[in-house]
Amino acid sequence: MTNELDYLSRRVAAGKLSRRDFLGRAAALGVAAPFANSLLASAARAAGPVKGGILKAGLVGGESTNSLDPALFMTQVPFAFGKMWGELIVELSPDGKLENRIAEEIGSSDDAKVWTLKIRDGIEFHNGKTVTAEDVAATLERHSDEKSKSGALGYMKGIDTIKVNGKEVVLTLKEPNADLPYLLSDYHLIVQPNGGKDKADAGIGAGPYKVKVNQPGVRHGGERFANYWQGDKMGHADQIEIIVINDATARTAALQGGQVNMINRVEPKVVDLIKRVPGVTIRNHSGPGHYVFIMHCNTAPFDNNDLRMALKLAIDREEMLKKVLRGYGSLGNDFPINASYPLFTEIEQRKYDPDKAKFHYKKSGHDGTVLLRTSDVAFPGAVDASQLFQQSAAKAGIKIELKREPGDGYWNEVWNKQPFCASYWGGRSTQDQMYSTAYLSTADWNDTRFKRPDFDKMVLAARAELDEAKRKQMYHEMAVMVRDEGGLILPMFNQFIDATGPKVAGWVEDPHQELCNGYALAKCWLEA
Amino acid sequence: MSSPIVKLVAQRIALGILLLLAVSVLIFAGTQILPGDVAQAILGQSATPESLANLREQLGLNQPAYIRYFHWLGGVLTGDLGTAMSSGQDIATSIKERLWNTLFLAFWAAIVAIPLAITLGLIAVRYRDGWVDKLISGVALASTSFPEFFIGYLLVFYFAVQHQWFPAISTVYDGMSFGERLQAIALPAAALTLVVLAHMMRMTRAAILNVMQSAYVETAELKGLSASAVIRKHAFPNAIAPIINVVMLNLAYLVVGVVVVEVIFVYPGMGQYLVDHVTKRDVPVVQAVGLIFAAVYITLNIVADIAAIVANPRLRHPK
Repeated sequence: MTNELDYLSRRVAAGKLSRRDFLGRAAALGVAAPFANSLLASAARAAGPVKGGILKAGLVGGESTNSLDPALFMTQVPFAFGKMWGELIVELSPDGKLENRIAEEIGSSDDAKVWTLKIRDGIEFHNGKTVTAEDVAATLERHSDEKSKSGALGYMKGIDTIKVNGKEVVLTLKEPNADLPYLLSDYHLIVQPNGGKDKADAGIGAGPYKVKVNQPGVRHGGERFANYWQGDKMGHADQIEIIVINDATARTAALQGGQVNMINRVEPKVVDLIKRVPGVTIRNHSGPGHYVFIMHCNTAPFDNNDLRMALKLAIDREEMLKKVLRGYGSLGNDFPINASYPLFTEIEQRKYDPDKAKFHYKKSGHDGTVLLRTSDVAFPGAVDASQLFQQSAAKAGIKIELKREPGDGYWNEVWNKQPFCASYWGGRSTQDQMYSTAYLSTADWNDTRFKRPDFDKMVLAARAELDEAKRKQMYHEMAVMVRDEGGLILPMFNQFIDATGPKVAGWVEDPHQELCNGYALAKCWLEA
Repeated sequence: MSSPIVKLVAQRIALGILLLLAVSVLIFAGTQILPGDVAQAILGQSATPESLANLREQLGLNQPAYIRYFHWLGGVLTGDLGTAMSSGQDIATSIKERLWNTLFLAFWAAIVAIPLAITLGLIAVRYRDGWVDKLISGVALASTSFPEFFIGYLLVFYFAVQHQWFPAISTVYDGMSFGERLQAIALPAAALTLVVLAHMMRMTRAAILNVMQSAYVETAELKGLSASAVIRKHAFPNAIAPIINVVMLNLAYLVVGVVVVEVIFVYPGMGQYLVDHVTKRDVPVVQAVGLIFAAVYITLNIVADIAAIVANPRLRHPK
């Protein structure tokens, strides 16, 4: 049976048998449609990508204020377009490992303080110049400069000196950091000729597509770059186009109407409807993003760990996952790390337990209501989630008072200012980055005011530790500490939900970001 | 044509210019009292007191407001709208294309809507109080009462998703042929038409019915003219002034009131451009767009006034 199916699927891939016929025959052989479909997909991949055509994406997250300067990238459209025209020093591969790009080899000294990037030969910029070690060094220099206002500045500040040595770039860090290669995979760090110091927004990189059209907030277009260094892996379509569609309904309609081949951010509440549209495939994948309720550990009444524990136990995670995310996510466990991070370890899942919550609440001695601020912009469905929290807490005898804040100004006036509010995090690529951004005493974005010198020491020690087993143990201990003593209530991790139209093949599941970590247009192709 | 009419027209234009100046002051003052300044908006969460001070210095935000106003006004008068603070692009260049798109959409919506509304109004008068009249009024009022986004989504659902006759999104760009552009804007133009139709149609109907009460219409009827001929030859020309007024008001709406329709159909016009920059507190762009919207509104109103003057013999030949 398997042989016959294989034969049939190869015939489909070669265009000699229609998809519908294949599914019919597969059903006759007693194979369920999802399995038959996956067979087909692997056959298509084995048959190799189809070159040519135009691939179009309709994406949310573009504004007329966007710029081509990679330092200023913030939202999804510049992020995804940047991956089309730019090439990074190193990238995270879909299986969570590091994939060398412009750097052919990355090595470090034993103390993880001096790092050497060996630059690959024969990579070309769109303007015909060869990518050199000087270009890479200049790029890193520009992003380390306050004036560039780079989104990567936070990490780049940790680099002390940047030197070029022939084909190598040598970085000396202020503090040891075993995660440096992960930091260099930041999407802002697109290598530009002379680091973009001449013209930061020229849009010249070494990626698979040359910038053809750049109308911020409207449309971005690229044309295949013939001399792309790994043209066999990426850049299958002749042209790619990103159309900015910020309205969710319009985005869905454009996919259904066939104006675009893929869209991002399908709303969980309409996923089940869109699934039924012929030809449309939902591409959902869990990532590091999570929805949270945050308490300031240094502000009354949240300075009491029993009260914090009571609230953590009083939230019904399963119900929230089911009702707010419609199942498109996974349960959170009150620490910001999940399986999409390297060196993740499982910790026992915290469950809704009104009795225990009641016990801790009594022990805390708090009386009266707890004020929770929420808003539509905190995360999609935040107001509903807050109401669910209010109800599940009421069953444990804890009264939560909800205050709905306006979306405009929520991130300036409420988040990171008020002691208890709803929020979200997009996640980072390593545990060190996540903990350094939001859980170090000194971090600007320590939005739970979790200030523990012993925890800070653990973060720094883990950062400098090159032995993986030891690091894993350290991260485990840190996670337990945040989970049991921190101010974070993390009911759920959300998924990226993208969707593709008919004939789109080559999609790669990637836990790091939506749209195959931004590469969907370059990695996918249209089947004949 | 005599000199009083020239004087009247000149007066209107002068008044319009004065009004525009007043509006420019209002816009400038309005953007000044918005909470937070553009330096804060640009730096966002990463703002430190030093970087704020530096950026304010760099952007010239430390000068007194009236100096900045005259500086800005001088620029506007010489065609220099300044550069957008958030992206550093020249505002005049970015606006030109956006404005052209908005006018293109408004033009085609108007081409369909105005003759349709007036014809429907005339038909409604001809068969007044009959079922035709009621049907026309009912449908037109219903389409106006629905919110624009609802009409937009309905059109998208039937014509783009179910039948795929027209694209669901109306992105237009350089290099598109004229026909492609027309096809792209078909749905938003239809949505706009439905939104403005009833107002113009009802006003046409009311204005003509008003004239129909006059003695000379009765005379015309008595001398045996058919109902259509009475409306066409006697009633309509005398009802033209209020009709022009309402048409101009709706034209202005087509240009300045299309934000929602532009967002739904992803049309790269002025409305979307304005919204993007308001959220970024990009004051120069907001000022420029506000001023252009005001200019469109005032110009169309002057045109309406002048047309009314020219069409009205009593104003043309004042005692």
